[in-house]
Amino acid sequence: MAVNTWAGDAALAPVERRQTTRRRWWASSERLWALAFATPYVCVFVAFVIYPICYGLWLGSDPASYRQLFADPVYPAAVVNTLIYLLVAVNLKLFLALLLSGFFMRKGWWNKALLVIFILPWAAPAIPGYISIHWMLNGQWGLINNIIWSLFQVDGPPWLDSSWYALGSVIYAHIWKWLPFWTIIFLAGRMAIPRELYEAAAVDGASRFHQFRHITIPLIAGLYLVCTLLSAIWALGDFNAVRFISGGGPALSTHVLATLGIRNAFELGNPALGMATVLSALPILIPLVALLIRQLKKGQVEL
Amino acid sequence: MSLARRARRNRLGVETAAAVLSALLIVWTLVPLYNMVRVALQEKEDVFSNSVIPETPTLHSFWTVFKESYWLLANFWGQMANSFYIGIVVASLTLIIGTLAAFTIGRMRFKQGWMLSNAALMTYMIPMSFLAIPFYGIMGKYGLTNNPIAVIAVEVTFATPYAIFIFSQYGASIPMELDEAARIDGASPPQIFFKIYLPLMAPALVAIGTYALLLSWNEYLYAFLLLSSEGKLTVPVGLGKFLNSDEAPWNYLMAAAILYAIPPMVIYYAFRRKMSGGLTMGGVKG
Repeated sequence: MAVNTWAGDAALAPVERRQTTRRRWWASSERLWALAFATPYVCVFVAFVIYPICYGLWLGSDPASYRQLFADPVYPAAVVNTLIYLLVAVNLKLFLALLLSGFFMRKGWWNKALLVIFILPWAAPAIPGYISIHWMLNGQWGLINNIIWSLFQVDGPPWLDSSWYALGSVIYAHIWKWLPFWTIIFLAGRMAIPRELYEAAAVDGASRFHQFRHITIPLIAGLYLVCTLLSAIWALGDFNAVRFISGGGPALSTHVLATLGIRNAFELGNPALGMATVLSALPILIPLVALLIRQLKKGQVEL
Repeated sequence: MSLARRARRNRLGVETAAAVLSALLIVWTLVPLYNMVRVALQEKEDVFSNSVIPETPTLHSFWTVFKESYWLLANFWGQMANSFYIGIVVASLTLIIGTLAAFTIGRMRFKQGWMLSNAALMTYMIPMSFLAIPFYGIMGKYGLTNNPIAVIAVEVTFATPYAIFIFSQYGASIPMELDEAARIDGASPPQIFFKIYLPLMAPALVAIGTYALLLSWNEYLYAFLLLSSEGKLTVPVGLGKFLNSDEAPWNYLMAAAILYAIPPMVIYYAFRRKMSGGLTMGGVKG
């Protein structure tokens, strides 16, 4: 309304006023609706996240439980196991997933069919798979040692009766279960890279390795880092693999902090000690979360 | 000529390597699953043998599970029903709470929306098992121990953040002009939510519904801690009890585990195309 007669202005004024009041009314009602819509999630968040966190911090605030925890001979082993689990299982799994995602980029019906089979461990629930692996690794009657026997007529190692083999078995089970998931993530990441980049590089005479080194890696690095951090956070809280593969044994030697916390709280009936065990993982968890949030804020990768 | 031959030989080498790798992947993937089937097809006594392939395969153990005619399996179908009930309720609540929150964040002029997304992000970054101890204590205070509602609450708590991410991302592809047009025609926020937002979100709803259902179907730790009476257990807790009992007939355990694993796998493969967008952690920006 750049040019106006005074008459037109006067005629429009009440309409405009009515419109702004209506807009204000509407905005305030929208605000109420927004509050109403947000309420269920806010309630869930306060009742089942904030409250447990505060209660947990309070439970784990007694220095005496930490003294008891650090005096426990099982605890140092659990810390070492947790670190090994995070460093070896997570990184090995993600590196394999990165390589395999390249393999699954190949075309053809066979590759599609293979992917459907390959996804099975992830599509199936974790507990049956872990129970099967537990029995499969039985030193006396398990499938693996039966196969070793029928092939070489020698006894296989007692997989779950030695602490190193048992920890290795837990890592194996973790990789078996989660490799398909991360492979699919990287596959999606690779598919998002424009094909023209590879075509142009191929025209310029770049080998497959050079294409991987100079196109795939730089473009997928952000995703790879986010996946590493996220996977490490999830592995830190992983309870099922240790519980069902080794059960923390032999002689409590393969506990990780997540399972030891539950054991201390419920099997030993000492919630404060259990909470102290869990909270002692915060020096690992907080840097992972901080790095992850920084990476996500950069906005290259969305969850 | 020799160049062409070398190229052909090269391709043959690549194809051979691909075939070897394929074979390795199949063996790697199927060995634990084969072991499950193998043991389930054996008789109780044959489990303790050195066989690789069951000599006299039988469906006896499946029949035993089916009829619940072993004491550790006495309530197997009840456990399946409990798992299913919890899964359905978790999926419905996650969809309701998640869509409402995502709608508020993405579609309403609500200044505090960022707080909701940050709350979701924060929840997403807490390892679930780390809250198990205080959660157990709090459920005691709420009077919800040995109550499926406690398990439902925790599953919904940990499923909604992811639901909110996916809904927000998916909702961003629905043009805001639709909302604006409806607003000008005098539609209220609930009308926009039900008539415009939800119908257009259908694919994301299917993906997240399936995700929440599978998440709670697979839950072991919280169900194990929060449910105690025989009639309320879910299948994974029942399987865990089975594993820890002194004389565990492995063939029954494996048969029960297979029956428990089948429904989520059927759902997963049925919805695979719809979930590939959702469950693979959303899109990856180039």
